[in-house]
Amino acid sequence: MAAICSLYIINKSGGLIYYKDYGSAGRMDTNDSLRVASLWHSMHAISQQLSPVSGCLGIELLQADTFDLHCFQSLTGTKIFVVCEPGAQYMESLLKFVYELYTDYVLKNPFYEMEMPIRCELFDINLTQAVQKDRVAFLGR
Amino acid sequence: MQFFGGSEISPSPPAPTASGNNGHMMYVFNRNGVCLLYREWNRPLRTLDAQQDQKLMFGLLFSLKSLTAKMDPTSAVEKGNLGMPQLPGQGCSFHSFRTNTYKLSFMESPSGIKIILVTHPRTGDLRESLKYIYNLYVEYVVKNPLYTPGSPIRCELFNTTLDQYVRGIS
Repeated sequence: MAAICSLYIINKSGGLIYYKDYGSAGRMDTNDSLRVASLWHSMHAISQQLSPVSGCLGIELLQADTFDLHCFQSLTGTKIFVVCEPGAQYMESLLKFVYELYTDYVLKNPFYEMEMPIRCELFDINLTQAVQKDRVAFLGR
Repeated sequence: MQFFGGSEISPSPPAPTASGNNGHMMYVFNRNGVCLLYREWNRPLRTLDAQQDQKLMFGLLFSLKSLTAKMDPTSAVEKGNLGMPQLPGQGCSFHSFRTNTYKLSFMESPSGIKIILVTHPRTGDLRESLKYIYNLYVEYVVKNPLYTPGSPIRCELFNTTLDQYVRGIS
């Protein structure tokens, strides 16, 4: 089971609406996670501008020395990205499943205001279960 | 409206052969952000003129390096503020990123030379290839007594050898 270090959700304006750290050594405080999320939003947009062919949707996978960053962008511009150890597999499936959880437990919550930080207990619970589950199970979805 | 750069952009090579020419373009920057080389093989889309494109590329790389150093999940030491310049080799650095239309591979030498190769998204790990390209740079550019460090590379032998090598990358 590959380790997942942290998971971020940012809205279409680049604001951080959800941040979950899973016990990495490089823990960031709230301000730093906000800055990192905003910076990723900008980098994602710039990578589209530098594409040599048309139809670019932005960075899907960033590979670094000590981690991989997988990013999923919905059609409405919400981005979900996860920082995991290098070579982790099935992250695309996990991100799509997290998007399902987001639509089911956050967007369908009548008390949730769009673009605001997510504070839904059911979303937290189901997300924790999804992260701990064997990700091969997501392939069938 | 599309913008076209000046003489910096060489004419595109013939259409890719069946064996596949996977390279789109390549940049070489020095530690000050000056673009020493821009080489283009297959680039149908241009959104900026050449100089702005190179500046934007360098800015993207600088910020991504800063971002990855900050996000390093294995290091608990104080990483400083986002945007602080990183010495080459200091902190965690990225070596590639992939989008649905291209893959960018990145290498930085200890002297701050940055080599960027943009290929199609299904390209494998190019770290060894970039090291070889850096060796080509050392052999044909640095060892050229007529070359002034910091100025754009205008070495035909380097360009020819580079084109041959990139054509073979798959």
